[in-house]
Amino acid sequence: MASLIGFYSLIFGLGLSLFIIFFSYKNFKSSNNFDARITTFTFLQLLLVVISFIGLIISFINSDFSNETVFNHSHTTKPIFYKISGTWGNHEGSLLLWLLVLTLFIFLFLIKSKKQDKNYRILTLLFQQVIIIGFFIFIIKTSSPFNYIFPTPKEGLGLNPILQDPALAIHPPILYLGYVGSSVIFSSTLAATSLNYISKEWAKHIKIWILLSWIFLTLGILLGSIWAYYELGWGGFWFWDPVENVSLMPWLALTTLLHCILILERKLLFKSWVIILSIATFTLSMSGTFLVRSGVLNSVHTFANDPQRGLFILIFLFCLIFLSLFIFFFFHKAEDKREYNFFWLSKESSIILNNWFMMYFLTVILIGTIYPIFLEVITSEKISVGPPFYNKLLIPFLVPFLFAMAIGPKLKWVKSDLKDKLYLIIFLIISLLISIFIIKNFNIDFLINTILVTAAFYLFFITSRDFFIKKFNNLSQNLAHFGFSLLMLSILLNNIFSTEVITNLRVGETYKSEKIEINFVSIDKNNIKNYNAITGNFKIENIEGDMDIFKPELRIYNQPNIVTSEAYIKTNLFTDKFITINLVQNQDYFNVRYQIKPFMIWIWISVLLITFGGIISVFKRHEN
Amino acid sequence: MYGRKVKLRFIFLLLALIILSLSTFLIIKSLEENVVYFQSPTKIKTLPEIEKKKIRIGGMVKKESILVKEEEVKFIVTDYKNEINVIYSGVIPNLFAEGKGVVAEGFLKDRNLFLATKILAKHDENYMPPEIKKALEEK
Repeated sequence: MASLIGFYSLIFGLGLSLFIIFFSYKNFKSSNNFDARITTFTFLQLLLVVISFIGLIISFINSDFSNETVFNHSHTTKPIFYKISGTWGNHEGSLLLWLLVLTLFIFLFLIKSKKQDKNYRILTLLFQQVIIIGFFIFIIKTSSPFNYIFPTPKEGLGLNPILQDPALAIHPPILYLGYVGSSVIFSSTLAATSLNYISKEWAKHIKIWILLSWIFLTLGILLGSIWAYYELGWGGFWFWDPVENVSLMPWLALTTLLHCILILERKLLFKSWVIILSIATFTLSMSGTFLVRSGVLNSVHTFANDPQRGLFILIFLFCLIFLSLFIFFFFHKAEDKREYNFFWLSKESSIILNNWFMMYFLTVILIGTIYPIFLEVITSEKISVGPPFYNKLLIPFLVPFLFAMAIGPKLKWVKSDLKDKLYLIIFLIISLLISIFIIKNFNIDFLINTILVTAAFYLFFITSRDFFIKKFNNLSQNLAHFGFSLLMLSILLNNIFSTEVITNLRVGETYKSEKIEINFVSIDKNNIKNYNAITGNFKIENIEGDMDIFKPELRIYNQPNIVTSEAYIKTNLFTDKFITINLVQNQDYFNVRYQIKPFMIWIWISVLLITFGGIISVFKRHEN
Repeated sequence: MYGRKVKLRFIFLLLALIILSLSTFLIIKSLEENVVYFQSPTKIKTLPEIEKKKIRIGGMVKKESILVKEEEVKFIVTDYKNEINVIYSGVIPNLFAEGKGVVAEGFLKDRNLFLATKILAKHDENYMPPEIKKALEEK
């Protein structure tokens, strides 16, 4: 029943698009005020999509296995929380969520943009409707979440257990808010371009949408990363996997856009650049969906998928790119070159420099992600591009990037000099000394690590100083940059100082080395609702004689029959101790992995600080 | 002569061009060096020579072939036409099991022995390396 309502809501929702387009067109031609009926219809469309989404959630809660999506991804013994989160833990449901966010954002846009020009609002709505209609058709035609199965199965196939996790339950909605949030930026930029509406006021109004989408995207990536850290049991937080890359690319484009819109807001510069970045952000978000869902990516995360869907998104994507390029070339008027009047040492040029770096990073990641696809199509050779590629190409450029990030915000608009900035050099010397002191005790690649840590410390000190000097004048930027320096520092130190032991042990055995003793004491078995748990008891003693007890767990889920490792992590401010076990079928050895990861928690904290920077900026805007 | 502005713009353009070509060169060069090729057991049998480069192999883990010892894990990867022995020490992902798909990264010792440095986890229990899927469909 709920599925039926859900399905028909979708059909009617699509039908409403026709009304919206009709009334918008009429309103666009006439000189009247904004037609309130348009907002009403947009609200109705949102309502219908919400009903459809709730219909799917109810089907999941009731374990209605006559619904194919529910049958494929749910099970009666699953806890209610994961029944609900299972709604968007699959392809069909996640697309419905895409659509929900699309309609939600355009409705919010309409009620929040009342001060803007009428035609601009209507055109934004129309562009958004193009995307919405595309997704409606995509869902109804190729991936309806409401397909019937007859006869109704007694039991579902269950949700992949590694997705049964609190962080991953909220990761897709948050990430999608960021991804799809960029659709409003895309639509309104196209609208503003065609109407020649781009101005300082427009920049101010669109900035809040950029910020919102940026905040959600950042949080979404953070959640995914935390989940990968403890659930996949690898102890890392970033693997340069294509699925991760496709979320990082829109983030880079969006971050660049965020910096550019600041210039546009103040100086009305870089119009074309802002337009291109808006288009790029949304296109990258959509390609992300395409790449993950179509299965063309050779990823360690590979989900089950269907090529026909990929083809649809690909065609749709090309249409959107074509449309936006058409608008860009035919409607956008070239800027007045006289405006570009600034000295090489100025805030403007430092932001340009930042853009260059960001675009470089983006290009490297883009090539690393799609090159394997092209090669496979052309030569049918299968390859993968791993971390060494990214490390080699990104890390050297991180050094000048960090220095530019430290000095850039210190410069004035138009023209600046470096008088009264002795502290910049003093901090450089301090950072260098600290880095040498830290690195020299360790037997690692001295030169590159010292330079990297110096650059990170430099940014760290300079941004910390700002908290005291500037008296929270520009808190949002300060906090975000400080967070970024902390992120770089923790990642670097974490990389340099992490250690690990991997061994196979039987119950009762002990692993000994010079530094550590791992004693596998015993195992406990427990039966929990939808899985059986095997808990290992470990005593680990390090060289100083400190002893810790660890209880990593193995879960054997009943449906589907999958084993997952639950890492046991001891976290404090300085270091994470991380242990996972795994049991190979029919063998009495357990595969044990013990890792010491310094400053792990600071990686998460620093990303949160960066996000807070964005949040503060949103609220500051609101007060003004 | 040209004005200062024109000169500056020229220098800027030149710089941009140099940086662009340099970074393109860098990217392509490190792509060549760091790319990892994916091979099936059948393909390995027909390789003209054993290279020292890192590769990935994929296939199904042969039934009753896994043997775990203190230091290492041995198993056989098959694509139902040919097989290869794999020796591995390191983390074993949860979805690694007999009769399931596997992708391993490492170095070829000879045409019958692969020294793996990493076994890749897959999110999906029904995952199968595409070539195996093809081979199974052909059957």
